[in-house]
Amino acid sequence: MADTTAEVLQHGQAHGPELLHHFETPEQQKESATLGMWTFLLTEIMFFGGLFIAYTVYRGMYYDAFASTSKYMNLVLGGINTAVLIGSSLTMALAVRAGQLGLRKAVIWLLIATMLLGAVFLGIKGVEYHEKWVEHLVPGFNWHYEDARYAHYAQILLFLYFVMTGMHAIHMIVGEGLLLYLVIGSVRGRFTGLWYTPIDMIGLYWHFVDIVWIFLFPLLYLIGHTH
Amino acid sequence: MSTALESPRAQARINYLNVDHGWKSWLFTTDHKRIAVLYLISITAFFFVGGFFALLMRLELMTPRSDLVQADTYNKLFTMHGIIMVFFFLIPSIPATLGNFLIPIMVGARDLAFPRINLLSWYIYIVGGLFALGAIAAGGVDTGWAFYAPFSTTYSNTYVLAAGIGIFISGFSSILTGLNFIVTIHKMRAPGMTWRRLPLFVWSHYATSLIQVLGTPVVAITLLLVVAERVAHVGVFDPAVGGDPILFQHMFWFYSHPAVYIMILPGMGVISEVVCCFSRKRVFGYDFVAMASLAIAVIGFLVWGHHMFVTGQSLYAGLVFSVLSMLVAVPSAIKVFNWTATMYKGSVSFDTPMLYAFGFIGLFTIGGLTGLYLATTAIDVHLTDTYFVVAHFHYVMVGGMVMAYLGGIHFWWPKMFGRLYSEGWSKFSAIIVFVGFNLTFFPQFILGSQGMPRRYAAYPDEFQVLNVMSTAGASVLGVGYLMPMIYLVWSLKKGKPAPANPWGAVGLEWMIPSPPPTYNFEETPVVTWEAYQYHDPEAVEVEVG
Amino acid sequence: MEGHVTPVKTYVAIWATLTVLTAVTAAVSLLELGPWNIVVALAIAFTKATLVVMFFMHLKWSNPLTKLFFVAGLLWLIILFALTLADYQSRGWLPRGKWW
Repeated sequence: MADTTAEVLQHGQAHGPELLHHFETPEQQKESATLGMWTFLLTEIMFFGGLFIAYTVYRGMYYDAFASTSKYMNLVLGGINTAVLIGSSLTMALAVRAGQLGLRKAVIWLLIATMLLGAVFLGIKGVEYHEKWVEHLVPGFNWHYEDARYAHYAQILLFLYFVMTGMHAIHMIVGEGLLLYLVIGSVRGRFTGLWYTPIDMIGLYWHFVDIVWIFLFPLLYLIGHTH
Repeated sequence: MSTALESPRAQARINYLNVDHGWKSWLFTTDHKRIAVLYLISITAFFFVGGFFALLMRLELMTPRSDLVQADTYNKLFTMHGIIMVFFFLIPSIPATLGNFLIPIMVGARDLAFPRINLLSWYIYIVGGLFALGAIAAGGVDTGWAFYAPFSTTYSNTYVLAAGIGIFISGFSSILTGLNFIVTIHKMRAPGMTWRRLPLFVWSHYATSLIQVLGTPVVAITLLLVVAERVAHVGVFDPAVGGDPILFQHMFWFYSHPAVYIMILPGMGVISEVVCCFSRKRVFGYDFVAMASLAIAVIGFLVWGHHMFVTGQSLYAGLVFSVLSMLVAVPSAIKVFNWTATMYKGSVSFDTPMLYAFGFIGLFTIGGLTGLYLATTAIDVHLTDTYFVVAHFHYVMVGGMVMAYLGGIHFWWPKMFGRLYSEGWSKFSAIIVFVGFNLTFFPQFILGSQGMPRRYAAYPDEFQVLNVMSTAGASVLGVGYLMPMIYLVWSLKKGKPAPANPWGAVGLEWMIPSPPPTYNFEETPVVTWEAYQYHDPEAVEVEVG
Repeated sequence: MEGHVTPVKTYVAIWATLTVLTAVTAAVSLLELGPWNIVVALAIAFTKATLVVMFFMHLKWSNPLTKLFFVAGLLWLIILFALTLADYQSRGWLPRGKWW
């Protein structure tokens, strides 16, 4: 794309190569990125929100069936995963902070730590999915429910379980890819204390994915244990 | 009219169209104006695909018997017509073409906030469109454009998966466009361009973008659940396991009702611009029109249950939705009153864009008022799923939105392509469209109130006369739509070169050359005038540097 | 560019709080509280989410527009829930003859 007119434009101040030419100032670019990422997260709130309203409606209708599935939900693994994800949010927040302060090595290690914790989460999720398969709790593909009273309705919950945690896992995998992109960028010295916006923005995304899990955990794992 | 921004160069100046050549410069562009043109071409293509299905439907409906096509095929025709027209034409139409082209210029910026995301949104739209076209080529979908469960999830043996995935993908295009507009309007306004100096076109696109960002994700997850259910042969909408098909409808219409405001709000933005220009007058009640756009966006999210009065929703929820639906008519009415008041004591001229605006105001009003009949639960019980509903939404979508789209294309065509088109042919087409439209759809109000159901290929003999009239009207309408294709494309090569401001309008876009240069402005403009300063156009000066 | 740098201490304190709350919510789920189980679980979840949003996502130090956007997102979720549940909650209510 021709940049001939770009040279004609005036920039009042010196700036690095990160300032894209349709922006007037680095502040405008940063603020736009931030507003853009929050707007995107709004769409994610509504996206997962659709799943949560489906869950709420059916939980209201078929509470006993839902509660009957609680013995198949691995509270220990789910709890560990929650703690793992919260830990990864800590390392991510610290990575952004390190980016702010221009601490390149810290950024790299903290991002790698975040990636590792994310990978642990996904690994445990894989173990849980395998458990579900072995116990014949995969609606449509491998389903046999012991309690005949609730066999039908439990399918709805397990279907939602897989779609909700599956969607969440897909977001985690995308997040891992984004983190890898940041690690590579950091190693190549792309980010400085003056410009670390991608770290900041991907951090917001990562925290949001954590928040989704903060709600998934009680709704999927903590029902009906007292039955 | 100030020409302070117009460079005194020869006609062969560099502009966004000729600055680069070759397919790579178009397919890898990040210039919002080129992306707008890419969208314009794709959307036009989809419009004619959707129109083709409409043509087949109207041909079938000329006779009471199902003789041209069988019912199964007819189901596919109206489904594909709906899917293509709603998701691949109406939703993107004005925002992706005129919005993309004009919003950066109108706020005084060089481009949208995220140019590469803008290009991505076009590619996503094309991929989604290919899935939909693939579904058509493979044999079509017959669920209706609303994909009601459990037919779509369990019983239909057509290409629901491909169509659902296509719409899911194209939804992201819509979301990204909305996101881009929101950030651009908040963060990229030129010095002096306060919110209350923005053209109402920008306000209406802001409101539209809010809906796109907040609503589209819900239909995305809903379609995903349908796709998952089709793959797994069991799911959350399946009555066999205790699922509730009404839940599908709640989730679907939560987006799809606000979606109709995604469709109409940009059109209203066009009308505001056109009415002011061709009345030579500032808009009456700027604040009210701006706030009405936001009100439509917000209230539009509270009324979706009016699509579900008779499907099994509770009576009390129905009543709540009915009252809220009455409420959403108020800001629309405010806009119509304000446009009318703008014309009062203005100096009205009847250029082609203004003809379309007149058509819009009249037809949108009729369409909107008939919406109130349908919002009244007691009446809706009789009119739902009849041709009355079909007429209602075609009055607002086609009589309203498509006319606004055509009016906008005709208004900004000289700016976008630097060419003037034939006034005679364009005015003639506008009249043909108006006549054809009314001939097509007014009989449908009567048919509906007499009880003819929608989505039926066969009907009782006594409805034939009106159906034939409707089909005749549709052919006139089709001619009216084809004519601009011809004279507008002709103007690209043979039309007279357009000056910067052929209409004598007020606005930043009219102060830069036609077609504009890639970066829009040679200097960042500093805005000191109000939005529609037709009463004092000499004061519309831009400080250079 | 960023005005506010959060101290490491703060982040660690938030993390510790979140971890403790996770343990609490898991433990409480094993107690028999009837309808209050879900209330407590959601209250804790909302608290945890608030901490992540305010501190990790630094909404606490963000400009008013960002805060407004976030609140708008929550509001829209509430709209989806409120009006959908209004249907489900009122399905069993038959109209009484007394009205007319």
